[in-house]
Amino acid sequence: MTAAAPPALEIAGLSHSFGAVRALREVSFTVPRGAFVALLGVNGAGKTTLFSLVTRLYDSTSGTIRVAGFDARRQPGEALARLGVVFQSRALDADLTLTQNLRYHAALHGIGRREAAPRIAEVLTLVSLTDKAHARVATLSGGQQRRAEIARALLHRPELLLLDEATAGLDLRARDEVRRVVRNLIATEGVSALWATHMMEEIAPEDRVVVLHRGEVRLAGRAAELGGSLAQGFLALTEETA
Amino acid sequence: MTAPHRPPRLAAPRPRPGHGLTLRGHLVAFGGIAGREILRFTRQRERFLSALVRPLVWLFIFAAGFRAVLGLSITPPYQTYVLYEVYVTPGLCAMIQLFNGMQSSLSMVYDRETGAMRTLLVSPYPRWFLLGSKLVAGVLVSILQVYAFLLIAWLWGIRPPPLGYLAVLPALFLSGLMLGALGLFVSSAIRQLENFAGVMNFVIFPMFFASTALYPLWRLKESSPLLADIALANPFTHAVELIRFALYRQVEPLALAVVAGAGLVFFGAAVFMYDPSKGLWALRKR
Repeated sequence: MTAAAPPALEIAGLSHSFGAVRALREVSFTVPRGAFVALLGVNGAGKTTLFSLVTRLYDSTSGTIRVAGFDARRQPGEALARLGVVFQSRALDADLTLTQNLRYHAALHGIGRREAAPRIAEVLTLVSLTDKAHARVATLSGGQQRRAEIARALLHRPELLLLDEATAGLDLRARDEVRRVVRNLIATEGVSALWATHMMEEIAPEDRVVVLHRGEVRLAGRAAELGGSLAQGFLALTEETA
Repeated sequence: MTAPHRPPRLAAPRPRPGHGLTLRGHLVAFGGIAGREILRFTRQRERFLSALVRPLVWLFIFAAGFRAVLGLSITPPYQTYVLYEVYVTPGLCAMIQLFNGMQSSLSMVYDRETGAMRTLLVSPYPRWFLLGSKLVAGVLVSILQVYAFLLIAWLWGIRPPPLGYLAVLPALFLSGLMLGALGLFVSSAIRQLENFAGVMNFVIFPMFFASTALYPLWRLKESSPLLADIALANPFTHAVELIRFALYRQVEPLALAVVAGAGLVFFGAAVFMYDPSKGLWALRKR
């Protein structure tokens, strides 16, 4: 009998401070393999800090982060190799073409040009941007740029996608497009996703939800099971912040 | 009846992630970082032009004016009296590298502000390797600029020994590494692009003017012993001298030691500052 594969992401007792300001306090939750988990929180809840800790942009003060079983602190290379990240703000080079950006990203994961070429074609098909392969990123629309970011994050075949406010600044149609692409990827490719958002309407009843507020997990579970308490609880937190 | 629409699948089998963390993977990553730097450089023609115009203005205008004022005795590595233009050329090569190092620093700050930097830092390769690759890539770009300048200087009549052009290559590489590492370190300490003017005032100008780029050390000593001491302690002086001697197929051991040592210190400091658990990077909320 083989042991069960570890979760895509396992966070236990994670805390972080910026000087005297406590950004995260004892945060614990898991993202099972092949699951879509929404990390719901108002602005300033600690979502981006959490992502920065998982991606090793910061080092955590205490607690553990495991990506597909690899400790992000002790085995950062193995952990990062399994992560695909879509940042809140643009991370593509606007002066370069989409293909040049993707080649650069592939190289940052040790994937040479020859191997990268078919992968680039594949991920661009997945996000319906094949016709924009040689367009400069600056010429793409906001929605196209977000899809391009997803393509970049998928290029090295990660096990876990981290999406930080992936639909921020997009119109309704582009937001739907991005959500559809990510959900399709979970269904067809078996990747897991941690989707940080401050918008309740981005959560489907079957999704797992972790509500983060002022650096603490306030609520966690399946959206359908949490039912009205999720909506009411989140509304109360929003009002508390306002 | 038509089949329901199914989203496309990734065609190739899923390889084990992290398979690229091999020596070959490191080389591919370095190639990607260097390729991007060179691609960006070739797209920024104005950057190339300004990198050339700056030293050429010094060579054509400043040096022509000072030739009459400054007399130069025979000082190593020169075996005869040389024109001021000849003397100042190695300093201008180092100047190109100094500005290029700071330009790279500026681009690091810009990348950090726009978010592009995170793409680099979330790569699975060690941070020292990523920063080192970016540094080497920047040095390659600066060497291209220096050789373009030396070509124009040759047309202007400044002609070091032909083999000097080859001998100067490792010196340019070392001095470029040192000045690029300094730029990397500076970039880790700058919070916003607006602060970059401070770098000009507090790093570039003092380093350039308090060095042997424009005047020999004995000249500085004559006018101000304190300034001469400052110039001697200035790593940029040693970068200039390393290039000057190499251009005439000689090695200046003190310059070599200072440039290599300062390069290591600056790079170590930059890696420390960019470490997620140490330095300013750890304290900063980006």
